[in-house]
Amino acid sequence: MLQLTERVTGLQRVNDFVVKFANVNGSGSASANALFAKAILRMGVPMTPRNIFPSNIQGLPTWYQVRVSEAGYLGARGGGVDLMVAMNPQTWAQDVAEIVPGGYLFYDNTKPMPPSKFRDDIVVIGVPLTEITNKAYTESRQRQLFKNIVYLGALAALLQMDVAEIEKLLAEQFRGRDKLVAANVQALHMGRDWALAHLECPIGLTLRRANTVGDRIFIEGNAAAALGAVYGGATVCAWYPITPSSSLAEAFTRYCNRYRVDPETKKNKFAIVQAEDELASIGIVIGAAWNGARAFTATSGPGISLMQEFVGLAYFAEIPAVIFDVQRAGPSTGMPTRTQQTDILSCAYASHGDTKHVLLFPEDPYECFEFAALSFDLADRLQTPIFMMLDLEIGMNDRLCKPLIWDDSRKMDRGKVMTAEELEAGKDFGRYLDVDGDGIPYRTYPGTHPSRGAFFTRGTSKDRRARYSEEGPDYAENMMRLLKKFDTAKQLVPRPITRTAAEPTRLGAIYFGSTSPAMDEAEEILAEQGIHVDLLRVRGFPFHNDVKTFISEHDQLFVVEQNRDGQLRTLLINELEIDPARLTRVLHFDGTPITARFISGAIADKVGELKVVPFRKAVP
Amino acid sequence: MTFIPKPKLHHPGLPKNALGFTRRDYEGAVSTLCAGCGHDSISGAIVRACFNLDLPPHRIAKLSGIGCSSKTPTYFLGASHGFNSVHGRMPSVLTGANLANRDLIYLGVSGDGDSASIGIGQFAHIMRRGVNMTYIVENNGVYGLTKGQFSATSDRGAKSRRGVENKDEAIDLVGMALQLGATFVARSFSGDKDQLIPLIEAALKHQGAAFIDCISPCVAFNNHEGSHTSFDYVREHNIAVNYLDVITGREEITVEYAAGTVEMVKQHDGSVLRLRKLANDYDVHDRIAAMTYLQERGAAGEIVTGLLYVDPDPEDLHRHMNTVSMPFNDLDETALCPGSTALEKLNASLR
Repeated sequence: MLQLTERVTGLQRVNDFVVKFANVNGSGSASANALFAKAILRMGVPMTPRNIFPSNIQGLPTWYQVRVSEAGYLGARGGGVDLMVAMNPQTWAQDVAEIVPGGYLFYDNTKPMPPSKFRDDIVVIGVPLTEITNKAYTESRQRQLFKNIVYLGALAALLQMDVAEIEKLLAEQFRGRDKLVAANVQALHMGRDWALAHLECPIGLTLRRANTVGDRIFIEGNAAAALGAVYGGATVCAWYPITPSSSLAEAFTRYCNRYRVDPETKKNKFAIVQAEDELASIGIVIGAAWNGARAFTATSGPGISLMQEFVGLAYFAEIPAVIFDVQRAGPSTGMPTRTQQTDILSCAYASHGDTKHVLLFPEDPYECFEFAALSFDLADRLQTPIFMMLDLEIGMNDRLCKPLIWDDSRKMDRGKVMTAEELEAGKDFGRYLDVDGDGIPYRTYPGTHPSRGAFFTRGTSKDRRARYSEEGPDYAENMMRLLKKFDTAKQLVPRPITRTAAEPTRLGAIYFGSTSPAMDEAEEILAEQGIHVDLLRVRGFPFHNDVKTFISEHDQLFVVEQNRDGQLRTLLINELEIDPARLTRVLHFDGTPITARFISGAIADKVGELKVVPFRKAVP
Repeated sequence: MTFIPKPKLHHPGLPKNALGFTRRDYEGAVSTLCAGCGHDSISGAIVRACFNLDLPPHRIAKLSGIGCSSKTPTYFLGASHGFNSVHGRMPSVLTGANLANRDLIYLGVSGDGDSASIGIGQFAHIMRRGVNMTYIVENNGVYGLTKGQFSATSDRGAKSRRGVENKDEAIDLVGMALQLGATFVARSFSGDKDQLIPLIEAALKHQGAAFIDCISPCVAFNNHEGSHTSFDYVREHNIAVNYLDVITGREEITVEYAAGTVEMVKQHDGSVLRLRKLANDYDVHDRIAAMTYLQERGAAGEIVTGLLYVDPDPEDLHRHMNTVSMPFNDLDETALCPGSTALEKLNASLR
């Protein structure tokens, strides 16, 4: 079937479009799609892939959405898809519906389809993939797998991709297995040659070599976080498998096997325990950290719920712990394979009783690495659990980011640990004594000194020397010291980053984590419409004073986040005592990544409503 | 109850061990448990065992969960770091602590409430993993601290103080430990110091997962007629298969035994366990036979005590994980951080 170009003039875009692949889970398409994505990067054009996969192993629909953007926009754009590669008959109708008018539909036209299955405002491109692979291959598994490479070849012709880059990637992927490389290259050219011979190539969407990728690297957030744990000196990891955090522990295992095996003895400078559940995971972390080893766990929302009691113990008894929460849509089992920023309050106030916990909000793999390494210093310094708040969008997608850096002169900050020498010299030790006024006492590791420095760790109330106490003043004083310690944390967590608009404005937007690239793009879209918004990206909790200052300098603020109840907004109101009327919610929570068009549209809509003169100051 | 410091004075004639410590140096605070509580006897046995073995108190880490038994670590080894954690979750904390520093001695103290109900999962998995530790369940068949509810180890048919009968099947922690691969399994009785103290010594020297189920009558809630863990009931139904002496190389063997009644078991660390057999048909090296023996005797209403199983050359979690010999908490950035060159190489591979 030929292109229906006489009906529609397709979109004309260079290095600026969205391609979506609709596949069947487990069909081998992931590999081909990843090659497609990486080849674009090798051509020097920034692109962001996103996996949209079902909570299943094989047989259900899966999508791979690639946004190509020479300008460097890494967030989800919104507003439909410019080219749909529709390889799953199951989702045909919704896939076709998602194409923008003037967009392109690519499909396997081996079997004829009635015209009613198409639209008359899109360009239809058919390639007889099944017929091609059936002719070339006899074994069904080969037919299935190579079909993906054949369509990749056809796309390479249609989009004017540099096929040499794909060949190079195949050589890297199958290094040492020359037969496989040759077979894949052959399939690639089969598709490409067919397209060049039978179709008008290129179509309106094209790729052109550029140089805006620069020296950036391409890595998944979970892997970057795991690497940060290695660099940060973690030796113990206890975890329980849960989507979407499992790949963090798995990456840590790979990196440890690469970097943490003693070259002479071949023994391991790490211990990774796949525990029986999340309670055991956090228990192991706490036991290890109590005994002076840097330890972490990685989990998602349901695991956070299970860990509440132990987190309270670590808070009250003041034991370090690092917890990576790769958030997914909740509540309950929710949507295990969809993204959301929905555990903010569960983590900030984890456990019964009065608690407040340190949260870190990385925006991309670079910050996942940097903050992960930092989190172990924070945990040891503050003697408390530290929550690294990732989400599925950051954790499970490969993303362009700045190259990772490390200062070799950097030392682990173990915090206040009294040594055997200090104890021997007669230095006064009291486990919960606020010697420096920052709320942080000294601790000792078990086994340090024969007769000094031992104490009992418990979840019950105690006096300043860790002796059991039910006296009111002992308890209250201790609780207030914990607040003082939390205040100290303000200066230690990553500071927020502000971005001033092109023109002076009384409008501000506050956001965090994976919202970041879409927010940055939305700010530019709004500026073009004459709406100027200053931005503040929160990177840590407790909130640095900069956040309060930012709020006080703006009449109206939008708090942009990916959950239903505006959890960061709640935290701002509660912790900074902000008048709720000042903070307007911009919420996206359907499990898909937030888009630039959504944010700019929502803010533009709400700006019109905000002609109110504030009755009282934003901040008391 | 607030802390009452104990007087530091002690009799100048108190015997000292090889480290120059007296028994007092292994004690802790004054117990606040009920007068006559079995757990206090077990605490005393722990003190004795540590003293006998010349263990440096600060090199022992004592961990517990929640319950009357879990309170006891305060009452022994005052110079050791202690961790009274959360209900049923001591095993995970102990596992983590063990991973962080393989060179300390780990003593986990728990109860039947803590280990057989809420803690049954963590109990099972720490045994499976073979963590090098001494795990003592102070088993009184009851939730003492919350005033007398049945626990999961209460026998079917046992009666509470008010005459309520337990209809649920009992969980047998010893049977579970055997099935799950613990390499040292024993049962004893808080009222039998001669049996208990050497078992604790042997467990402390054992380089694998050592489990002791110690029946410990609760004088407040479970020492009445109808209880299966009262002093009277245990004494009447106790079948001891052996008694143990732990020989660390300094003692002289002065007593003669009738042929076939003594077995010497050499442990991996060099200590020797001298088993004085009371049941000639009992083999401490046969795990399956042990399980069968316990089931049969248990069905007949008997409580089998003694060293029930031992693997003198056990593996532990550190061996399984092939960890370096240096404790993790001693490793610093020079050992742990791959450095900037490695990072640049990695960056290059990600373009």
